[in-house]
Amino acid sequence: MNKLLTVSLSPHVHGKDSTSRLMTGVVIALLPAWAVSVYFFGWAALYLPVLSVVFCMIFEFLIQKYMLKKASSLKDGSAVVTGLLLAFTLPSNLPIWILAIGALIAIGVGKMSFGGLGTNPFNPALVGRVFLFISFPVQLTSWPVPKGFHTSLTDAVTGATPLGMLKEGMRSGEQVSTLLKNVPDHMQMFLGYMGGSMGEVAAAALLLGFLYLLWKKIITWHIPVTILTTVFLFSGLLWLINPANNADPVFHLLTGGVMLGSIFMATDYVTSPMTPKGMIIYAIGIGLLTVIIRRWGAYPEGVQFAILIMNAFVPLINMYVKPKRFGEVKKNG
Amino acid sequence: MTVQKNQLKTFPKGGVHPAENKLSAGSPIKILPLPDRVIIPVVQHLGAPAEPVVQKGDTVVAGQLLAKSKGFVSANIHSSVSGKIFRIEARFDASGYKRLSFVINRHEDEWDPAIDRSDTLHEKITVSREEIIRKIQEAGIVGMGGATFPTHIKLNVPKGKKADILIINGVECEPFLTADHRLMLEKSKELMVGIHLLMKALEVDKAVIGIEQNKPDAIALLNGLAEKSPGITVQALKVKYPQGGEKQLIKAITGREVPSGALPVDVGAVVHNVGTTLAAYEAVQKNKPLMERIVTVTGKSLQDPSNFLVRIGTPVAEVIEAAGGLPDDTGKVVLGGPMMGKAVSKLDIPVTKGTSGILIIPDSEAHRMPVQPCIRCAKCVSVCPMGLEPYLLMLLGQHQLWDKARQERALDCIECGSCSFVCPADRPLLDYIRLDKMRIGALIRKEKKAVS
Repeated sequence: MNKLLTVSLSPHVHGKDSTSRLMTGVVIALLPAWAVSVYFFGWAALYLPVLSVVFCMIFEFLIQKYMLKKASSLKDGSAVVTGLLLAFTLPSNLPIWILAIGALIAIGVGKMSFGGLGTNPFNPALVGRVFLFISFPVQLTSWPVPKGFHTSLTDAVTGATPLGMLKEGMRSGEQVSTLLKNVPDHMQMFLGYMGGSMGEVAAAALLLGFLYLLWKKIITWHIPVTILTTVFLFSGLLWLINPANNADPVFHLLTGGVMLGSIFMATDYVTSPMTPKGMIIYAIGIGLLTVIIRRWGAYPEGVQFAILIMNAFVPLINMYVKPKRFGEVKKNG
Repeated sequence: MTVQKNQLKTFPKGGVHPAENKLSAGSPIKILPLPDRVIIPVVQHLGAPAEPVVQKGDTVVAGQLLAKSKGFVSANIHSSVSGKIFRIEARFDASGYKRLSFVINRHEDEWDPAIDRSDTLHEKITVSREEIIRKIQEAGIVGMGGATFPTHIKLNVPKGKKADILIINGVECEPFLTADHRLMLEKSKELMVGIHLLMKALEVDKAVIGIEQNKPDAIALLNGLAEKSPGITVQALKVKYPQGGEKQLIKAITGREVPSGALPVDVGAVVHNVGTTLAAYEAVQKNKPLMERIVTVTGKSLQDPSNFLVRIGTPVAEVIEAAGGLPDDTGKVVLGGPMMGKAVSKLDIPVTKGTSGILIIPDSEAHRMPVQPCIRCAKCVSVCPMGLEPYLLMLLGQHQLWDKARQERALDCIECGSCSFVCPADRPLLDYIRLDKMRIGALIRKEKKAVS
């Protein structure tokens, strides 16, 4: 026996999970929503996400090579997920140069400035999206209307999202109940027949992605289910109190970024809490903030801000919310 | 008797499902040809080394005492063969350290005449409780599941405490290993007598044999025997690692949770492995000290995955030889199972009392993947059966914050390896938790010194 044996500490076997495999799973889960997006918004919805991914990967590569001088981490696939998610939060008629700026901010500021994957406190895609939203408000809120959108706005090239219509109308003093007559009905919204960002319109497709993520055990139910429940209950409470001034809870669930945000953004591993209890606290915060911003805030949509605000609370939640330790029982109890 | 799903019990939190790979489950126990030379270390147990009572050049018989237990936590060491003591010197064992060992050149196979070598089953228990414990202590029996804690200490329930249930661990949740499975199938009657002996020693009237659901034949067989034995029942358990962890098993079977830092007996439970129980039978009813054990030798490339009855002190290489020899693609040899076993650098080290298996891992699976950054996926937190946060304990270890790691309950870690197993970024979580535990242990010793 001259052969040298490998020696290492146990365990000597490893599970099948790897970072790149998890990221691939997220990309697969995004495919149904992407397909719906292409169906409604056309070619732009196909190439803009691809370009977004390419920009994100190029920026990550360049920053790593020339600024951080570290080995490339493109293989882990996180830049792909960031790129896709960034594009999904943007309208399909966005100029490409604005998209490139968004990718630079998402990767450069949102992720690499903190040290790369695993160390960023805020969801990079949302950092990019909010930067663009504040810098280019006109381009970010002229939503192309999907084909097959058969309300009074059918002929328009661009139009408002249901949430935008609601906010505009409320500002001019109209009743919510009258305004809601102009927006698509619930089934149309569920399937995605409404104006909005590329990846956020079809609740059905996003939920399909959610089921895939659950099946593959990539995420747990805690964050998405808690956010959706909180949004439903809180907006439902407001609606019950005053139906004339508040939209119904189902409307809140199906519009804007609630689905995309709760399933794909709030669940981002790096920027969400580590324990189920912590996840639920974080998700309740996102749900409440979303409805508060929608109802009383300056912007029609609040999910992006709600998630970023709660991201900031994650270290605190992790510090104080601990898992139930085995053996943490009263002695002789 | 069929076992229904709704009867299955399990521990409440965490756990993983590594591929079972029980390659040798169908292979009956074979007797390994006697080695020409055995190496018997004076410490094969948790605790103080035993003190040699024989000299170099002495002639010994199989079953003769070689070294006497010294101190409270220690165990006797016996010769497993007859022959001449060639040397008493420091030799490497599975831990990677050199231990004082008896090197014995075998001659024939002469046993201590007091040992009953027949196959006759002695069911009748004639000895007293004290006698049972004394015989078990004399026979040098230690926990044979791998922890190697001296058995007689666990049987002497401290004053003021009371055990009310004996749990027999036949879980064998480690992938690949089948030694306990085969033992339950082939030595079931002896095992039942052993359980009665341990029950008598502990003065309990209830014993539960915990077996994972993936061994339906053993469950059925022991269930049949248990029906005729008052007080003994069989409990089928869900296949989930680490179901066989002492605290997890007690929780699964009784619902009681051993408090952090406490002993199982504090909640009235005592756990013994099936191998230990059989050894207790042989010690009490057959006067046989612990001098051989069942060892699974297995691996994906190994020609003949098998279970052998092996004399303590047999070089690992000889056991592998009997299973078809070391495969060409071997990269790693592990004593024990893949989740908790120890990788060894040499094959001339001996099989000892705690060696439940010899696992040969091909080179393609023998290396760790490069460590990637933590993506905070929380998988380590969700699989930890002790409710710890491995990612945090690793981080604290890297920053040498031992006090903080202690507050975060690093000492509760049972080193099952579920966190490292599941980590998608291939981070060496358990390595760092071990470091935490080691440093915290040093801190505690320092504190004690300062007090005294």
